[in-house]
Amino acid sequence: MSEALLEIKDLVVEYHTDEDDVHALNGITLSLDKGETLGLVGETGAGKTTTALSIMRLLPKRIGEVKGGEIRFEGQDLLARTEAEMRLIRGESISMIFQDPMTSLNPVIRVGDQILEALKLHRPDMSRAEQAKKVDEMLEMVGIPAARKREYPHQFSGGMKQRVVIAIALALEPRLLIADEPTTALDVTIQAQVLQMMNDLKTKLDTSMLLITHDLGVVSQTCDKVAVMYAGEVVEYGRAEDIFLGSRHHPYTEGLFGSLPGLNASAKRLSPIDGLMPDPTALPEGCRFHPRCPHCTERCRAEAPAQYLRNGHMIRCHRMEEEVR
Amino acid sequence: MSKYILKRLGMMVLVVLGISLIVFTIMNLTPGNAAQMILGQSASPEQVAKLEAELGLDQPFFVRYFNFWKGAVQGDFGKSYQTSLPVFEEILTRFPTTLKLATAAMFIATLIGVPVGVISAVRQYSLVDGVSMVTAMLFASIPSFVMGLLLQLEFALNLRVLPATGAASWQSYILPAVTLSTATMATLIRMTRSTMLEAIRQDYVRTARAKGAAERSVVLNHALRNALLPIVTVIGVDFGYLLGGTVVIESVFSLPGLGTLLITAIRMKDTPVVMAAVMFVTIAYSLVNLLVDIIYAFIDPRVKSQYAKG
Repeated sequence: MSEALLEIKDLVVEYHTDEDDVHALNGITLSLDKGETLGLVGETGAGKTTTALSIMRLLPKRIGEVKGGEIRFEGQDLLARTEAEMRLIRGESISMIFQDPMTSLNPVIRVGDQILEALKLHRPDMSRAEQAKKVDEMLEMVGIPAARKREYPHQFSGGMKQRVVIAIALALEPRLLIADEPTTALDVTIQAQVLQMMNDLKTKLDTSMLLITHDLGVVSQTCDKVAVMYAGEVVEYGRAEDIFLGSRHHPYTEGLFGSLPGLNASAKRLSPIDGLMPDPTALPEGCRFHPRCPHCTERCRAEAPAQYLRNGHMIRCHRMEEEVR
Repeated sequence: MSKYILKRLGMMVLVVLGISLIVFTIMNLTPGNAAQMILGQSASPEQVAKLEAELGLDQPFFVRYFNFWKGAVQGDFGKSYQTSLPVFEEILTRFPTTLKLATAAMFIATLIGVPVGVISAVRQYSLVDGVSMVTAMLFASIPSFVMGLLLQLEFALNLRVLPATGAASWQSYILPAVTLSTATMATLIRMTRSTMLEAIRQDYVRTARAKGAAERSVVLNHALRNALLPIVTVIGVDFGYLLGGTVVIESVFSLPGLGTLLITAIRMKDTPVVMAAVMFVTIAYSLVNLLVDIIYAFIDPRVKSQYAKG
């Protein structure tokens, strides 16, 4: 575990609204080693983005609150950093790619200047010429001619914009890249290109990556480890092989795979998971998944399951108790 | 861009022509007789008819309208029925007062309104925000003549630090400019606050934070630039409006501006003065609006591409 770049322990995050407290994260534990890619999978509302924003300490002010747990990055507790210290970490050591490239670039600033900003903030000792050269390099690296740096975001297509966003995120060669559904807003063909490029750059720059997605195909291509999230909890966690090839799974993970349209399978209908994600202001007692679980028992309704771990593969389900014993 | 400006100038000609025709028609249709006004109630019908002929008022409507433009394009707007002075000179002596007043008022409103709005947005629901919202509400709802009188009472009568009326020195402009600025300031505070609140929730602001940008840079470089369009619109529209003169404020502070000139001329059926003043104000207003649209292009590159298209 000494290799761990990022360690999240029992993280609890709530959002406060006028009426209710939203339990966004209910004690999640994750770890990511150097050079690895960790996939964070789950439905919308499972707490994937909240996890990412908590690491960046960019939860919406006054609304989002970390109620407990710790986030350690290279051994130091990020939750204990001051805002000024966090600014030095953001962009420099940890950077983030957001979901929608259409809106994540500032429409009134030239794309080159948006990349340059990161360099100016974190490399003030670099000369202007060096900074400009680095901007050109970054653009070329993500496959955009450097001459286009004087253009504005609206002159780029969605895929090209996401490349610019990636160039910004990687300009300082961060040790951790958080990618929040980086390909969701893109066309399928562009998705593959962008994903391939991110993977190449990650290897080239030796960056670790936290990849948030709900696309299991993407996970299988890129991730070393996978955490399946449901209602603010990690319900299954393990190496990609465990998740994709392992025999035992959390019922939710089984449901996720069951809802994939298979090319070879002759099934005429998809088998979606019945029901909806529980209301995060009033989570169910016991196992969070029990109202939708096909294997639900009395015990599941009353008692929250423990995390059963075998060979680094964690499953949070009562059904695992006997097997582990 | 230059093509766009030319197109706008062309449209301005149409606007000016349209407004001149409307105003000329209204002046013609409203009751009252300019010659009678000049000569007084005791004048005989013969005297009135003679003066009408002298002023060209006996000619048909369209002939008079045509004659107005014939003179106007040569820079001759005729003479005032009342004072017999050339109208254009009269306006040129009045306009600087109005321009100074309008500029000073917009300056004060912008310099205070925009920063207060930004601070209100960044510190939403704080004490500062509450105080500025209440102040904006007050400024928007107090009628300008009440505000003017209150300021005169305090600063001219009680404290005796500023002149109450007249346009003798630059100090005389302070109270009227402050009075005029309050309404625009109120609009600017509210407008800046709401557009900034929207801007700081945008994804690109989050991207800027994720780069490690400091709060100040995030607010000023990223959010404010995007929130500027509606702010510039308010400033432009209100400035153009103030260029038309402000009757109430000019009366309260006894300032010789365009507003009083125009009102007196309308009351006296002094058509040459009304026409010239309205044309002047129309052109000034249109130019300010064009300027605002050009500024848009410099703030937002997307607007510039729009202009380039047509």
